Amino acid sequence: MKTHFKTILAVAVTAVAVSALWQVNQGTTEAQQSQSGSDIPRTPTGKPDLNGIWQAMNTAYWDLEPHEARHGPTLALEAGAFLAVPPGMGVVEGGEIPYKDGMRDRQVENKQNWLARDPVRECKLPGVPRATYMPYPFQIFQAPDATLMSYQFAGADRIVHMDADVEAQVDTWMGTNNGSWDGDTLVVDVTGQIADTWFDRSGNYHSGWEMHVQERYTMIDANTIDYSATIDDPITFEQPWTINMKLYRHQDENMELLEFKCVEFVEELRYGHLRAPGSERGDGVTPIF
Amino acid sequence: MKKRNVLSAAIAGTILASAAMTLHVASAAEDYEAPLNEWGQPDLRGVYNFSSNTPMQRPRELGTQEYLTLEDVQARDARVAEDAAAGDGNSSQGGVGGYNQFWVEGAPEEANLRSSIIIYPENGRLPARVEGAPMAFGGLGPDYNGERPVRVTVGGIAKDGPEDRGLSERCLLGFNSVPPFTPSMYNNNVQLFQNKDYAVIYNEMIHESRIVRLHDKEHIPEDIRQWTGDSIGWYEGNSLVVETKNFNNKTQSFYGTGTAGESKTLIEKFTRRSDAVVDYEFTVIDPEAYQDKLVGTFPMIATNDQIFEYACHEGNYGMYNILQGQRVEDGTWDRENNRVIGQ
Repeated sequence: MKTHFKTILAVAVTAVAVSALWQVNQGTTEAQQSQSGSDIPRTPTGKPDLNGIWQAMNTAYWDLEPHEARHGPTLALEAGAFLAVPPGMGVVEGGEIPYKDGMRDRQVENKQNWLARDPVRECKLPGVPRATYMPYPFQIFQAPDATLMSYQFAGADRIVHMDADVEAQVDTWMGTNNGSWDGDTLVVDVTGQIADTWFDRSGNYHSGWEMHVQERYTMIDANTIDYSATIDDPITFEQPWTINMKLYRHQDENMELLEFKCVEFVEELRYGHLRAPGSERGDGVTPIF
Repeated sequence: MKKRNVLSAAIAGTILASAAMTLHVASAAEDYEAPLNEWGQPDLRGVYNFSSNTPMQRPRELGTQEYLTLEDVQARDARVAEDAAAGDGNSSQGGVGGYNQFWVEGAPEEANLRSSIIIYPENGRLPARVEGAPMAFGGLGPDYNGERPVRVTVGGIAKDGPEDRGLSERCLLGFNSVPPFTPSMYNNNVQLFQNKDYAVIYNEMIHESRIVRLHDKEHIPEDIRQWTGDSIGWYEGNSLVVETKNFNNKTQSFYGTGTAGESKTLIEKFTRRSDAVVDYEFTVIDPEAYQDKLVGTFPMIATNDQIFEYACHEGNYGMYNILQGQRVEDGTWDRENNRVIGQ
């Protein structure tokens, strides 16, 4: 915390700034709408209205790169078709992720040991951009000062600081997020991510702190967002690379982002080997069949 | 997290001495008009700190005296500080580690002159417990006698498995953010988000986004129960009112008593009192836990600080150490093979 005087001053300055922004935006709303020419919802301030529950519909969470169908890991053979890998055209511009010489080996090794190594298996926060295209919905709460992106998986979320330049102070699982508008595109710059997250279930990885992810959210109609993320990580990759996909709005009338706190479901996985002999699994309320 | 906590504790004295603050957090101008956001709603958005020096329950000797003088509050806080210093402020009760007062976040004394957080019943104390309603209090000391499910947030009943520990030790819920959120030792930070159809109550601990539907008058079906319940809301004047039901029965109703589940209804009210303060009021109604409703309130003070990611589960090495340490202690740890004997 800063001194309270700074707090008061900041609130006052923010109020003035928001008020000014309101005035400016009021004036620009009409111009933006006429320039866009597309039928997208807008907020009262004239920005594209991204509020809603969204989800990707592709196989990027299995593998960002083009891939044919393949066996799941040996440890998951009992799950049969459930954990076999479905094919996908891939979402990486140009097809392949441009790993530097010698850096691809680790991804291959990760892929071969996916079930044991994937951090998401343990209900860890998935990082960015992976959170966006996991097979779970997420919700955007958009506002001029800060936008919240809340993901069903693991209750992950990230606060996007709008029109601010917040510097990452420590490495975090979901990064430090700064948002801005490039015309009708919401641009989110993500830095300060921890190295422990992956991009997909195929073990594609990054170096963490040195990585800069720039996301772009562009509404192309009321229910579709063109999403792209450019990954710049000079330690791991030869050059920046970009993924592209559509995000679709959930339209079921009763759709809500329900709670999926997966922590309780991975306790046996993480701590089962430390149980006292004879100790039963579970909390006695949530059944384990 | 750590960095901000250190800063918070270090400058607490400065904050308390700030005369300017007194003017801004203690009271609102009578003609104060809360700003509206672009949706025409009372603008509650922002980051707030809800640390508090005010006790949950009013000391019995104060009877129905709802407010103290500033001098009384200063004297009370001085006594607390003195007691803490006498014990080196160590919260571990003789165990390993623990927190001293360096880690404890406080509030500006002027911010809250109430004698207790609870304001109803009129004596500022918890209502009478319903006979047979379970009670359990955890803590940093020895485990308490009980059985699963463990509903306390801190402490536990044993160390046989992770389910024997409290909810915050398991990284399921923060120790200050089980609805209703209440001031605790640290990380008393919340950010409010609003759009046309939703509000979000975002507690820093444990990155908890409680989504409030403003467009819906009905709760989700009764057979869907959640750790933080199901919240719907509406605006009344300058206030956001939130009603939460559908709790699962794996948390306590409130303050060591009862179980949440079907019987608990929570009503929360967020009212902007000034540019610097939003008043938070909560009402817990649980006829299976308490014989009357209870109402509490405390101020949330605006800050230009940011919410940090509280990634609890990801780094929960404490749970490994608690369980393995106990296996070593009870003689069931095979040191040679680094596993529990018999596994």
